[in-house]
Amino acid sequence: MTVANPSDLDQGLQPQGWLRYFSFSLDHKVIGIQYLVCGFLFYLIGGALAGVIRTELASPLSDFVSRDTYNEVLTLHGTIMIFLWIVPVVNGAFGNYLIPFYVGARDMAFPRLNAVAFWLIPPAGILLISSYFLAGAASQSGWTAYPPLSLTTPAAGQIVWIVSVLLLGGSSIFGGINFIATVLKLRRPGLKLMQLPMFCWAMLGTSILVVLATPVLAGTLVLLSFDIIAHTGFFNPSLGGNVVVYQHLFWFYSHPAVYIMVLPAFGLVSEILPVHARKPLFGYATMVYSIMAIVVLGLVVWAHHMFTSGTPPWMRLFFTIATSFIAVPTGIKFFNWLATLWGGKIALNSAVLFSCAFIFNFVFGGITGVALAQVPFDIHVHDTYFVVGHFHYIVYGGSVFVIFASLYHWYPKFTGRLLNEDLGRLHFLLTFIGFNLCFAPQHWLGLNGMPRRVAEYDPAFTTWNQVSSVGALLMAISTLPLLINVILTAIRGPVAGDNPWNALTPEWLTSSPPPVENWIGEAPLVTEPYGYGEHPGGFDLDRISGRDLWASGKP
Amino acid sequence: METRLQTAAPEAPVASSEHADYRLFGLATFLVADGMTFAGFFAAYLTFRAVNPLPAGAIYELELLLPTINTVLLLVSSFTFHRAGSACRAGHMPTSRRWLLLTIALGAAFLAGQMVEYFSLPFGLTDNLFASTFYALTGFHGLHVTLGVICILIVWFQARSGGRITQDSHFGLEAAELYWHFVDGIWVILYGILYLL
Repeated sequence: MTVANPSDLDQGLQPQGWLRYFSFSLDHKVIGIQYLVCGFLFYLIGGALAGVIRTELASPLSDFVSRDTYNEVLTLHGTIMIFLWIVPVVNGAFGNYLIPFYVGARDMAFPRLNAVAFWLIPPAGILLISSYFLAGAASQSGWTAYPPLSLTTPAAGQIVWIVSVLLLGGSSIFGGINFIATVLKLRRPGLKLMQLPMFCWAMLGTSILVVLATPVLAGTLVLLSFDIIAHTGFFNPSLGGNVVVYQHLFWFYSHPAVYIMVLPAFGLVSEILPVHARKPLFGYATMVYSIMAIVVLGLVVWAHHMFTSGTPPWMRLFFTIATSFIAVPTGIKFFNWLATLWGGKIALNSAVLFSCAFIFNFVFGGITGVALAQVPFDIHVHDTYFVVGHFHYIVYGGSVFVIFASLYHWYPKFTGRLLNEDLGRLHFLLTFIGFNLCFAPQHWLGLNGMPRRVAEYDPAFTTWNQVSSVGALLMAISTLPLLINVILTAIRGPVAGDNPWNALTPEWLTSSPPPVENWIGEAPLVTEPYGYGEHPGGFDLDRISGRDLWASGKP
Repeated sequence: METRLQTAAPEAPVASSEHADYRLFGLATFLVADGMTFAGFFAAYLTFRAVNPLPAGAIYELELLLPTINTVLLLVSSFTFHRAGSACRAGHMPTSRRWLLLTIALGAAFLAGQMVEYFSLPFGLTDNLFASTFYALTGFHGLHVTLGVICILIVWFQARSGGRITQDSHFGLEAAELYWHFVDGIWVILYGILYLL
């Protein structure tokens, strides 16, 4: 039995033009852009909240906001940035836009489920933010919602937080199911798994983690909500419950969540670097095996977040070793990227600058990560600003830098127009300097004992906190050139042409922006998506891609 | 190296706007996710059992007879659903509907048995940690059974003559069958962990 592609059936009913971005569109490209823009709006809100945090921490006393408000702000900041910005954008936005192209399909395997997955996000986000205005106030227990803290802070806000995260988890699972089916089942006939662009492997690995880990968080949060509403005692020590079980279940999801945020970023960088270095991706097979190794190891390292939670020695030993092992596949990937750049004809544009900065930041965050996996060191810096610095190097220095790199790389694909390079480099400089100024000093503060999640601190920490706040200010300013660039370019930017980077991956072998079903004719069969360089007589896309062969497929 | 990019020869299969039906594959992936929710609950329960002592004076005792009967009911219902599926695929729709009805009856009997057990147990939801976990686990599973019974009812209705489900087009039936076997499998694990262990 065959099912007609729903985008065929509904094409007549779908709104056209800009209205489709506000509709229940089934087009994977529209859904991708919906994820991207929606995520970016939440990034601005989460960034504003970060601004509140850094303003408060510019002085040792809690003089800008009250302590309770500070707790609400840091909880909302963390939840928004993780669940409404990075996860939806690296998975939902770029995954949805690119994966069907990469497998040579006209849409995702389940377009309706795809649209449902996106449309769960805006209500969940609005719900989460509206909890701030609830009587009884928003959740104050951080994005981890550890009991007993989450049982003693205002109940209404905590319940709204749980409902919101459950909706976002559902969205994430639906997306993961879709990506797995699309990559494994929807490949164009003749296209082998080991010929897929690396981003497909990254999304496959990520989706496996999403499907295996997210439901555990969902179940745990349901139990937590029982503790709050029905006064059961799963995680309530005063009723005989066990808080450490919550931590185990929470981190069983939330450590893989780190890979759910960075594996797609790894994939995106693997697409960007070969194009702009004009070289094949180095070590394709080792990249694939590294991703899968990270998926497997990522599922068995969660308790390294819990070395101070009374974990027995054997558990500490196991999780220290397992965590340290992750450095191996990650290291392989980094050397592969360096080898891809090595000797390449590198175009040092904004996409490449952000990608290289990602490598720099992530190596630093990775090294502090390996340090944190070692029990004696971890106990010293547990719950200090060292941890805050570390994970911002991973999720901001890693994922968010790659989101920006991807934006500069694929904006011409989305809109048919090239972003301004000068503004792009200004954006890069401000972000890179601001980011490092903001988060590098936090390692030092943490080493010296400044605890995280507090509005007040020892005056001895003032100087480096102020440096950090200046960095945050630079990061806030850095969004201005980006916004100006994106808006001005959309209105009257230079027309990019269909393939401004002379790229070989399939999304560039159609018009920019692409037609509704991606290709007017049949999908091209790209068996070597990284076949750059090594051409006597220079690079000639028309010749090596056999443009006359697939030109019939273009409008 | 010359053919880095190639279009398929005319006689080769090409990407078309129609593709095979992957909904069962999608459902199976979802059931893996659903199974992980149960796995989380099981892990929590086992950890509680291992490290949290039952407080003095707290009651947590389970009878074996009723849940064992329930286990048999569910296992038989898996078999009857399998017969319904075979009959449908063989084109005997009335037979298929009779087996479906029997499956619904068995599922409903299971739920009734569960209710009887709930009301006869000497502890309530909030009495102690194990009581809470017991109700959370069996309740979450009972929710799955309830959903399953509703789905089979719909399938039974759609399998009437002139309905959506026919010998050639029976995705709904296959999906419900896969789901039902999954729910039964989970129950067997749950029975082993909650009642036998």
